[in-house]
Amino acid sequence: MRLIAPIAKRVARLALVLTCVALVSYGLMMASPIDPVDAYLGPQMAQVSPEQRALIAQRWGFDEPPAVQFGHWLRQLVGGDLGWSHVYNQPVSEVIAQRFQRSIALLGSAWMLSTLVGFSLGVLAGAKEGSKLDNIISTYAFITASTPAFWLAILAVLLFSVTLGWTPTCCAGPAGALNQEVSVATRLHHLLLPVTTLALLGIANITLHTRTRMLELMRSDVATHAFAQGASRIDVAWRHGLRHASLPAITLAFASLGELFGGSILIEQVFAYPGLGQATVAAGLRSDVPLLLGIALFTALFVSVGNMIADSLYGVIDPRIKAGGL
Amino acid sequence: MSQAQPRLRAALSLAVTALLVIGLVASQWLLGDAPRQMQFDARLAPPGVDHWLGTDALGRELWARTLAGLALSFWVGCLAALLSTLIALSLAAIATLSARLDALVSLLIDTLLSVPHLILLMLIAFALGGGTQAVIIAVAVTHWPSLARVLRAELWQLRQAPYVRISRALGKSRWFVLHGHLLPHLIPHCLVGALLLFPHAILHEAALTFLGFGLSPSQPAIGVLLADAMRYLSGGYWWLGVFPGLGMLLMVLGFERLSSHLRRAL
Repeated sequence: MRLIAPIAKRVARLALVLTCVALVSYGLMMASPIDPVDAYLGPQMAQVSPEQRALIAQRWGFDEPPAVQFGHWLRQLVGGDLGWSHVYNQPVSEVIAQRFQRSIALLGSAWMLSTLVGFSLGVLAGAKEGSKLDNIISTYAFITASTPAFWLAILAVLLFSVTLGWTPTCCAGPAGALNQEVSVATRLHHLLLPVTTLALLGIANITLHTRTRMLELMRSDVATHAFAQGASRIDVAWRHGLRHASLPAITLAFASLGELFGGSILIEQVFAYPGLGQATVAAGLRSDVPLLLGIALFTALFVSVGNMIADSLYGVIDPRIKAGGL
Repeated sequence: MSQAQPRLRAALSLAVTALLVIGLVASQWLLGDAPRQMQFDARLAPPGVDHWLGTDALGRELWARTLAGLALSFWVGCLAALLSTLIALSLAAIATLSARLDALVSLLIDTLLSVPHLILLMLIAFALGGGTQAVIIAVAVTHWPSLARVLRAELWQLRQAPYVRISRALGKSRWFVLHGHLLPHLIPHCLVGALLLFPHAILHEAALTFLGFGLSPSQPAIGVLLADAMRYLSGGYWWLGVFPGLGMLLMVLGFERLSSHLRRAL
């Protein structure tokens, strides 16, 4: 019982937040000056008479007040129907599912890589405060934290793909090849550069936070006591520091999922990687409202679940928090 | 020495940044039409003595365009950061008025934080139809939650402070307490907050523009320059991709340094 109540509370909160996201994004779409009928017709706009336009608007329910339209959309949404994407000519849920499958390889590996590397660099820098290593790591983290994501990607393409020719410049596989024919090795080869770039950007944040926590610990009574007993700095970092710093690092890793997704939009755009990020840009530029709404909701779900996991992990890692009650 | 005098370092950093910003703004005034002038005999010229950072496909000087882009980013970033701080301050003040309003504001914060920034930015820019105004509003509307959280916590704490309670007990109105006692205390927080927001604001502005949702392609914004450079990457015209981003990186770094020095000094 004690376990269920907080979880139920969180799920209720999640549902409330998602409803708000739906409301806000729908409101934004309604406010847009871009006419959905025009967007649907595209270049054929000139060939359609006003009567036909009115017919389309009536068939799609655009002649009804916004509140009624929102009600329709919400009812369909609860039923699992996200609508039809005119850019990809597929149901929105299928577009998102297909694209997300490709993006998750990019997002997942970049996330793991940046968390692990960022955490270890942070621990190293914090344990050896003021050393040359600490200076190098801190400067690196400071600079990457200020680098525009897409610029780093452009530099990577320039150096590794154009000048050195080590990696392909675009896409998830060779041009013209069918999805089934592409081997795993080729796929990995195409993923290599985008993943590295995305991870490089994520590392900075985690490193800086972990380093701060390590410094905190190294100056605490716990560390002084351990030093007095003859422990070396490495000992203290290994026995006390890891635990102390892992909690904020994990929280940050889950909380930065939104940032990571934002980065992946830019990286996918530069590398022309056909994932969810690229679909988002296409949907926005070609006013594919159902797809845009679907993606906004989907990513909100993705990010909120990440935050929920982070909150739940608190108790597992640090039993003191569980005792205090959340 | 460096650890001992944070105030001196902050003042130095402030002076250097201010000088650079004044230089940047003044250069726009002096340059006039240079970022738009085309030289058809020098298209895609590599960096050299005649063309300091090279030229683009229409023979426009890259150094002039980069400077113009940075100045544009600076103004957009300034306005967005200011607007964002104002939103954060007013919502934090509203949140402290009653428990119900507080719940509403924190729901709003949760909602905004749950959608990835870039997607929310795209939605807002889309809703407003793009352009400079849309970018400023979009960036301002998405960046206030973190600052609002800090200000709200600060306000809750301040309300318990003895001098505020005495003031209330003496029969001063809520409004008087808010702007007589609480706001002066919050101003430094707001200043540092705005300064911290600024680099994020310009980075997001550039990202949005790069994706095609922001400033119009006819303006020499950094995002536009880099999006143009994408088309010439495989041709080996490296300077188009390197220098505008480098300029932006230096500007963001400068402001990050300034804000970290200021935080340490205050």
